[in-house]
Amino acid sequence: MKRLIATLAVGLVLNASPALASSATEAALAADPVAEKRLLGLSEELRCLVCQNQNIADSNAELAQDLRREIRGMIKDGKSDKEIIDFMVTRYGDFVLYRPPVQGNTLLLWGGPVALLILGIIALVRYQRRRAERVAAEDKPLSADEASRADALLKELDNK
Amino acid sequence: MNRYYWILGAFAALVALLAVGLNLNPRDVPSPLVGKPAPTFTLAQLAEPDKTLSPKDMQGKVWLFNVWASWCVSCRQEHPVLVEFSKKVDIPLIGLNYKEVRGDGGFDMGKMPADEEKKLAWQRANTWLAQHGNPYKLTVMDLDGRVGIDYGVYGVPETYVIDKAGVIRMKHTGPVTPEILAKKIMPLLAELNK
Repeated sequence: MKRLIATLAVGLVLNASPALASSATEAALAADPVAEKRLLGLSEELRCLVCQNQNIADSNAELAQDLRREIRGMIKDGKSDKEIIDFMVTRYGDFVLYRPPVQGNTLLLWGGPVALLILGIIALVRYQRRRAERVAAEDKPLSADEASRADALLKELDNK
Repeated sequence: MNRYYWILGAFAALVALLAVGLNLNPRDVPSPLVGKPAPTFTLAQLAEPDKTLSPKDMQGKVWLFNVWASWCVSCRQEHPVLVEFSKKVDIPLIGLNYKEVRGDGGFDMGKMPADEEKKLAWQRANTWLAQHGNPYKLTVMDLDGRVGIDYGVYGVPETYVIDKAGVIRMKHTGPVTPEILAKKIMPLLAELNK
């Protein structure tokens, strides 16, 4: 009885994860949690080309299911993560990668935000400096004339 | 005053950038296969199920490889263009029938035995070609879509131009329109056949 409950519990947990288990072969492989974890990790890194803003772990598109099947097969064959990712890239290009590699045509993508940050800092520093200079330039000591006027005004205030 | 022009300029640049970005087609994913040898396969032919075809059988010829299926709606739009092409141009057009039964979505594949799937696929593909005309020199059947994966197929129809050495020279995703045929495919075919 205990065993039955345990089996049912495992079954429930496995079925609760939407990316897993649909056809018979998938269910068989789902019995191997280590492989499934790798599958999930890999498929979260890969874009589904049919519904482009989903990865192939989330997507229920036909192609995503097929690709998960391929990845399962490759995991079973003992392929490394790199080999599996390379398999995808040779077929679908860098576009399948949610984390595109740093290379010539992605420099703007990777470097853009950093460049913007640096530009912003430079602009801020320059602005601050210029303002400080302007304030310093305007902050001249009072002339004798101005000083006597200021004294007079202050005295007037004191007398009130 | 000067400063406001600067902000306006930056805003205009941003608008221009977004306008360009929004007008790009996100489906137009450059294929890494262009310039690489066409992935090999050996698949059964539609007309003669006992015979197979491999890309190496096409060696020495410039040919078109078109991915289609009877359930594919855009293929219907493209098909007359291909039929017209096959009548006018003497370039072999090979069809890859992609997941004829599985791709349909209307069948419970868990319950369908392999031979039944095969029978149904051949029957559906033949019926479709009989109805809409057959522009293909021959069609090969990719029942489970594995060859499709090797060719990076993600949206049927797709069309590949393959040169005499068996290298993919162009890939077009989506229906071939008369415009694409005239402006892109035909010039390339002419150049490759020189």
